Amino acid sequence: MAPPTGARRVLRAGVPPLVLVLAGLAAWQWAVVATDVRPQVLPSPLRVAAQGWAFREQIWANTVPTLQVTAVGFAVSLLLGWTIAIAVDFSPWLRRALTPLLVASQTLPIIAIAPLLIIWFGFGLLPKVVVIALVTFFPIAVGLIEGFAATERTASDLLRSMGASRWDEFRHVRLPGALPRFFTALRIGITYAVTGAIFAEYVGAQAGLGIFMNLQKNSFRTDLVLAAVVVTAVLSVTLFLLTYVVERLVVPWNAELRGG
Amino acid sequence: MAETKLILDGLCKAFDGLDVLAGIDLDVAPGEFVSVIGPSGCGKSTLFNIVAGLQRPDAGRVLVDGEDATGRTDPFAYMPQQDLLFPWRTVLDNTALGLEVGGLRRRDARARARALFAPFGLAGFEDARPHQLSGGMRQRAALLRTVVLERPVLLLDEPFGALDSLTRTDMQTWLDGVRARFDWTVLLITHDVREAVYLSDRVVVLGPRPARVRREVPIGLPRPRVLDMITDPAFAAAERELLAALRRPD
Repeated sequence: MAPPTGARRVLRAGVPPLVLVLAGLAAWQWAVVATDVRPQVLPSPLRVAAQGWAFREQIWANTVPTLQVTAVGFAVSLLLGWTIAIAVDFSPWLRRALTPLLVASQTLPIIAIAPLLIIWFGFGLLPKVVVIALVTFFPIAVGLIEGFAATERTASDLLRSMGASRWDEFRHVRLPGALPRFFTALRIGITYAVTGAIFAEYVGAQAGLGIFMNLQKNSFRTDLVLAAVVVTAVLSVTLFLLTYVVERLVVPWNAELRGG
Repeated sequence: MAETKLILDGLCKAFDGLDVLAGIDLDVAPGEFVSVIGPSGCGKSTLFNIVAGLQRPDAGRVLVDGEDATGRTDPFAYMPQQDLLFPWRTVLDNTALGLEVGGLRRRDARARARALFAPFGLAGFEDARPHQLSGGMRQRAALLRTVVLERPVLLLDEPFGALDSLTRTDMQTWLDGVRARFDWTVLLITHDVREAVYLSDRVVVLGPRPARVRREVPIGLPRPRVLDMITDPAFAAAERELLAALRRPD
């Protein structure tokens, strides 16, 4: 059987969730109309859409800083994840030293730490970058560490028999072999990145979707809070899908293997 | 003394107090094809890893052309059981990997590997990915990657173990032919007695752990080997002798 073409595959993947979402929205709309609930408590989806559109400039003005924070935070997280993973791969001592610390970093209650970060670092970029890096570097570092370590012993032996240095082995075998796992880890990380940014902004920021939601909630504009939530979800899904595009460019052979 | 390419001199190895190799002695002449057979788990792979310089022996030496090569990898081209062709490299880049790692410029490495594609029956597959090759072609590519290093001794660890029997027979005939052209000195590990007889000038039988050389059987069949020889009485006699040596209790 011929593999489905791009357009057909998108349709096949996209239609079921779309149907489900539309059905859910219809039920929500119906429930709001039928029970005549106040919009401050539960606005209808149509109202969320209309008010979101009406406030589009303000929402957009707050989306841009969130995106910036997300990009910087995730870049720091990638740098941190790669650095730690490579260091650990080359040094068994560092592996033993860092592994418990990595795990411990994930037990920090971010909800309690985030306000402290604001106290320490102010309302600027830094505390947000720290929060995003803290919630996203772990899956990336662990994915890479395990990816490097999953290199077959026999492959290492083969490279050694060729006279390869440890760096050669890393460059030619361990690194490319770990990339599929890295992209899996990247997808996990990136879904946390936008939420992490929103969370950090919620605690305190000059601009951004997080602080926007907080302010709208305080003035009982539930509809605008939800409109911002929709924007957040769209951002996350877009970034998530983007990882597949990058993956195809960086490790085309992996897609071939899975396809064939 | 006759000219020797490779000498294994009293190789011993133990793991956690368990003796695996108890003094392996073996001489291999230049251009000779020697197979090592033995019961599973007898330490054949350990022996190979030591010869290949991947592990150190507890005692004993490996000599190549009369010089101590114990723990050195550079006199040996090593082909493991799995083909280990990497999916992120084309077939050509896979076969050139060893030369590249050895410091050759990528272009020169590729040119040298490319020259062997025709004799190895891989012409036209230079830019293919490994998963596009058949099992037999993958093994030939792995062997190409090994021999292109042009090292004094080839170490082949059950190279055809993963192939179906028809492909395996084809590959054995092919290997015998290509070997005659290139005049390699080969040490082959196998658990297939028929393969050992078919390909070798001499077959060495290891006993169960701790392994010693239990018997050496010269194979007097003419070269090139052809499939009909399997029914030759000399072939059957060699096979019988090896099986008897393998089965003999200590």
